[in-house]
Amino acid sequence: MKKVGNHNSISRILKFSLALMLTFSIQLFAQDAVTPAPDAAATATPAPSATGDAAAGKALFNAQCAACHKLDAKMTGPALRGVGDKYEKEWLYKWIRNSADLIKSGDERANKVFNEFNKSPMTAFPQLSNADIDNIIAYTMEPVPAPAAVAAVPGGDQGSVQSGGISNEVILGALALVLAMLVVMLFLVNNVLTRIAKANGLEVAKSEKSLPIWKAFAKNQFLVLVTVIFFLLSSAYFVYGWFMQVGVDQGYEPIQPIHYSHRIHAGENGIDCKYCHSAARESKHSNIPSLNVCMNCHKNISEVAESTATPEYSKAFYDGEIQKLYDAVGWDKANQKYTGKTQPVKWVRIHNLPDLVYFNHAQHVTVGGIECQTCHGPVEEMEIMKQHSPLTMGWCINCHRETEVKLKDNEYYKKIHEELSKKYGVEKLTAAQMGGLECGKCHY
Amino acid sequence: MSSNKKYWKSVEELNDNSSIVETLRNNEFVEPIPTDEFLGDKDSLSNSSTSRRDFLKYVGFSTAAASLVACEGPVIKSIPYVVQPEQIIPGIADYYATTMFDGFDFANILVKTREGRPIKIENNTIEGANFSANARVHASVLSMYDNMRLKQPKVSQKEATWSDVDAKVKASLADAKATGAQVVLLTGTLASPSTNKLVAEFMANNPTAKHVIYDAVSSSEALDAFQAAYGERALAEYDFSKANTIVSVGADFLGDWQGGGYDKGYAQGRVPKQGKMSKHVQLEANMTLSGAAADRRIPMSTAEQKLALVKIFSIVTGTPVNVGKLANEAEIVNIAGQLNQSGTKGVLVSGIDDKNAQLLVLAINAKLNSEAFNPNQTRQIRKGSNQAVAELVADLNAGKVHTLIMSGVNPVYTLADGKAFADGLKKAKLSVAIALKEDETASLTSIAAPAPHYLESWGDVEIIKGIYGVTQPTIRPLFNSRQLQDNLLVWNGSDKTYYDYLKDTWTNGILSGKSWSQAVHDGIFVSATASPNSAAGVDFSAAASALAQAKPSEFELNLYTKTGMGDGQQANNPWLQEFPDPITRVSWDNYLTVSKADADKMGIKNEIVANGGLNGSYVTISVGNAKIEKVPVIVQPGQAKGTVGLAFGYGKKASLKEAMQVGVNAYALYKGFNSTQSVTITPETGEHEFACVQAQKTLMGRGDIIKETTLTIFNTEKDAKKWNPPPMVSIDHKPIEATKVDLWDSFDRSVGHHFNLSIDLNSCTGCGACVIACHAENNVPVVGKSEVRRSRDMHWLRIDRYYSSEETFAGDVKRKEEFDGLFGEKGSLGGFGQMENPAENPQVAFQPVMCQHCNHAPCETVCPVAATSHSRQGQNHMAYNRCVGTRYCANNCPYKVRRFNWFLYNKNNEFDFHMNDDLGRMVLNPDVNVRSRGVMEKCSMCIQMTQATILKAKKEGRPVNKDEFQTACSSACSTGSMVFGDVNDKESEVAKLVEDDRMYHLLEHVGTKPNVFYHVKVRNT
Repeated sequence: MKKVGNHNSISRILKFSLALMLTFSIQLFAQDAVTPAPDAAATATPAPSATGDAAAGKALFNAQCAACHKLDAKMTGPALRGVGDKYEKEWLYKWIRNSADLIKSGDERANKVFNEFNKSPMTAFPQLSNADIDNIIAYTMEPVPAPAAVAAVPGGDQGSVQSGGISNEVILGALALVLAMLVVMLFLVNNVLTRIAKANGLEVAKSEKSLPIWKAFAKNQFLVLVTVIFFLLSSAYFVYGWFMQVGVDQGYEPIQPIHYSHRIHAGENGIDCKYCHSAARESKHSNIPSLNVCMNCHKNISEVAESTATPEYSKAFYDGEIQKLYDAVGWDKANQKYTGKTQPVKWVRIHNLPDLVYFNHAQHVTVGGIECQTCHGPVEEMEIMKQHSPLTMGWCINCHRETEVKLKDNEYYKKIHEELSKKYGVEKLTAAQMGGLECGKCHY
Repeated sequence: MSSNKKYWKSVEELNDNSSIVETLRNNEFVEPIPTDEFLGDKDSLSNSSTSRRDFLKYVGFSTAAASLVACEGPVIKSIPYVVQPEQIIPGIADYYATTMFDGFDFANILVKTREGRPIKIENNTIEGANFSANARVHASVLSMYDNMRLKQPKVSQKEATWSDVDAKVKASLADAKATGAQVVLLTGTLASPSTNKLVAEFMANNPTAKHVIYDAVSSSEALDAFQAAYGERALAEYDFSKANTIVSVGADFLGDWQGGGYDKGYAQGRVPKQGKMSKHVQLEANMTLSGAAADRRIPMSTAEQKLALVKIFSIVTGTPVNVGKLANEAEIVNIAGQLNQSGTKGVLVSGIDDKNAQLLVLAINAKLNSEAFNPNQTRQIRKGSNQAVAELVADLNAGKVHTLIMSGVNPVYTLADGKAFADGLKKAKLSVAIALKEDETASLTSIAAPAPHYLESWGDVEIIKGIYGVTQPTIRPLFNSRQLQDNLLVWNGSDKTYYDYLKDTWTNGILSGKSWSQAVHDGIFVSATASPNSAAGVDFSAAASALAQAKPSEFELNLYTKTGMGDGQQANNPWLQEFPDPITRVSWDNYLTVSKADADKMGIKNEIVANGGLNGSYVTISVGNAKIEKVPVIVQPGQAKGTVGLAFGYGKKASLKEAMQVGVNAYALYKGFNSTQSVTITPETGEHEFACVQAQKTLMGRGDIIKETTLTIFNTEKDAKKWNPPPMVSIDHKPIEATKVDLWDSFDRSVGHHFNLSIDLNSCTGCGACVIACHAENNVPVVGKSEVRRSRDMHWLRIDRYYSSEETFAGDVKRKEEFDGLFGEKGSLGGFGQMENPAENPQVAFQPVMCQHCNHAPCETVCPVAATSHSRQGQNHMAYNRCVGTRYCANNCPYKVRRFNWFLYNKNNEFDFHMNDDLGRMVLNPDVNVRSRGVMEKCSMCIQMTQATILKAKKEGRPVNKDEFQTACSSACSTGSMVFGDVNDKESEVAKLVEDDRMYHLLEHVGTKPNVFYHVKVRNT
């Protein structure tokens, strides 16, 4: 596993600034690299199909077949590209409508497929008409699309954005140049005027040599005192500020052993946080999901879609990360079987509350009904998970002061709420009013 | 006055001509110190590559570097399951019902596990599960994480595999079968139907085999007596809740008599209900828990007890027996009369190791037709036979035993003549010890086979006939161990696992059609009926006449088991070692208890020395040819004159951490399995340093700390203020109740929860289960003997024990009130001094004291950093990370319940207890902080538990159920003395108890308004 840097490393900040500098300098050349993207759609034109509509077939395929089949890779069922060449249509009609019957009838090919795929029976689709099946077959008969030059597309975008930035810089540069020229000109004019005066025999009045400003400053003791106090106070302010961030790891974004993208899972695919972090509803921990939870979906999803890839992370990269999951959980992709050889993943913990604090997720998630994002930030946009909130006591307390307790539909709060709201003369109660500021509620 | 004495330091000084003496007189050192070598040479000093400035630079740089590095947080890894078991949710505790039986202790328990590791023992309260966990059972979870357990099978002291072991044993068994040589299976009491069946199969396979049952602390005489009278080798069961008059002749039934577990029933009858409570008379030699709880305790030697028993027998049954003159004849006759009067509501028990005495007990109870006495539902947890064990030792030494297989016993340590057993062991062809540890016996056998702890194994226990308990594993075995039953199955040539065997036995027999899963879930299964035992004809009067011949010895030794240590199986358990004995309040030791009169006679002393520790003299004790040297002595108030007591279970050396190797081995004196021995005592020189947590012995007449009254007053005096007087203070020279005066503004606590803990002094027996439960729940550290001696013990909950100085506590109060002036007969100056000494036969009272969670807490006002503060729910909070360790709070606490962490007790080699190794730390409760050095800590009223209860209710969207709140101590309290709850919930039990007439607060006049309250002790005298 990669070595993980420490939080708030100074060297990292330096590296970051260096990188920032370099990006700007490189981007100057980026414009030239732009090449027009070839028309992806044109190359992917479907091969004319004699009997079916491939577009309708694609829709049907995605709705009915995609759970178990892929075009180009084995999944629960075989890869389907070119299936129309392997089997005649009549056989396929029978197979799709009721494979079990076909197997029972002793059909040799049916039994072969059945045995090859661990004797997992295929769902029967009696609702599909011959035309439907034809359409699906037509879709499967499409040739493999040529890989589109994806990388170039965002390059173009970047170029256009950057050009705006460059022009600004040019303007600024020009202005600076003008200013410099003005200064030079002023100097020249002054010279010329002096020379003219000399030539005319005029004596330029010598200005009385005044005390240099720093000496004057040093002489004024009051000013010195005030300045010293000012500098002491301001340095104390910064030192204090620096000390206060010790141990606060806001923005901590370590490299994980598997590049897991919350953006893809929670963002693009809209998976509920608590589907994977299910313990957050019940327990003090919002568990890091065990790998069997990943496999609920990833048994079938062994690669990402082309559209998932970003300029930063290619499809090959993401597929490699899924492979890491398979290696860890011991899943043999080719044979669709668990090998039993597991390798637990050592994730780097991001949110580290010190031992002296007791925090309970269930209290906040289930009882309080607080969104995960309130504390964890826009996780669904995070490619790499990071600590969004400071997780300091001040931050906790502040929220307890402001947040109203969700009393609705909870019998527990009924009596307490009645009595407390009478006591405080308020309709709604904050966590603080419920005793949420008491030391022992979190420290024991 | 000047002294002419001359002091000299060595013999050399006597020689006037010695040059050394002359030199030393003038110089500190004989030879000059070679300072010039490194300071004199200026050149080399100035040329030295490291100058002073360089040195400072290095120091500065490394300090700066170290502090900068410290500012960066460490990288913490988290490793989730690959495949998470369905029932485990990280952070949520799972509970498994199981039954504990280790040959000595037994209990129906729930095991709390977190992320798959057991961390605490709790009582199983399902119907039928009658046996609560005692202190040792609570501590047993830590014994599983003992790093000194046997981890690997060993053949001839070398690590081996199980197949090696199996090959050797099978070969040996085959050889024995072929040659017809004797095979012996030596086990403790099994009390397991399936194991008994398995053993029978083993015997059938090996016709020359013999099964010998051996209990380290024997009940053989009682078993013999019951067998003679009722035909079954078992112990009669007693239910003290059904008795009005309880007479105990040397039976510590609140301790370990017949295995213990009687306190629950006993306590039921001890709380006055409708003006009635049971009367308890105790005749005993050592001061025991039962004696401390008794209404009337008569100290007498075991020999005298025998005579008293005969006398009672003759009166109750009307059989004339010739008994000599008794010391307390009138009182004994009176007791017998009371028993007769109570009839079926009377019961008598005895712990005398004598078959005749036990026969008389059975006869008396049968004659009374006692409801408390149950000869039908017998106890099965003691089966050992003294005779069979003696025979085995003889056979071993005669070389008759070919193969010896032992399980769960350590006879080399526990037999009086352990050496003879050890010698005999060498003569056996093959000896196997299936043991948790490589103990004294296992280290001598040819094969040492690791056994799993009960929390790692399957099993069944029939504690009471017809009530079956299931033992289920709560964690995978930590080491490469295999339990006896699995071993027997392998050696029987079966390929079944014991689990399958157990399940078969149950489904085909015990369950009679009921669900096995349900039985495992409940941990208990109550069978429909048990066949009653019928009395056989025994000549009781002959037994009585035989017993009447008992002759007193000059010094009588009464061996007993301590509440903390029991038979010594868990000697490597730091919780139990540090547990202060309820009676003597001494931890980390066993000792000889001697009466004050005898101690004075022999010149034996106990004294408190300057550092606050207790010191005691040493003696050598010998029984026949067995001798134990340097036994420390505790002067025990209430010890019968002419008797001494010594506890089993100490003085172990094998597989024990060095700190735990304390005390002396009393088993060496356990001759003929008789706990009463004639002994000679010789005082020795030297002083023993005890780790005693309570130096003050008497209550000094402070009747407001432990309030008590008699049943007569309690019943007749309707005005509770007469016997439960509120403390008075003076305002404007007028007396006023202290509770009505207040310096502070009181907060409104009527909203939400308001926790209170009620402690009934009537039903508290001082058993200490709460102390250990608190240890386990709150990660309380163990500090070791020398720290305890310095009064730095960390127990959050202590059970104070007080003696009276007069015959009764009431006598103390009266005497104190009658003090008049400083000097003279009634002078307070000498009077208070005398009151520090407990009486010869004092009254005893126990009082559990933990943080009282005062509403006006004195500790809170003096904390300079506001580390301790009050909550609306009544708990006094302690924020450890805020504490800077000024200890003002501890000084200002009137109850002395705050504990200071003088050292870092975890991961510190100076405190080599469970928190110093990875295995031992697995027992820590992940919901409670482990405190560091320099912070104050104290009872939190288990805020982690109350918060968890509240959260559970919130999650389920319901109000908290009645009596749902618990603390570790209240849930461990089997007698119901401690009740915890929310006083704002008017339905709860604690809300009713707080209104009770018997309620009072500790040191009420201080005005602290505690949230812990006590109930006045009522004695039925």
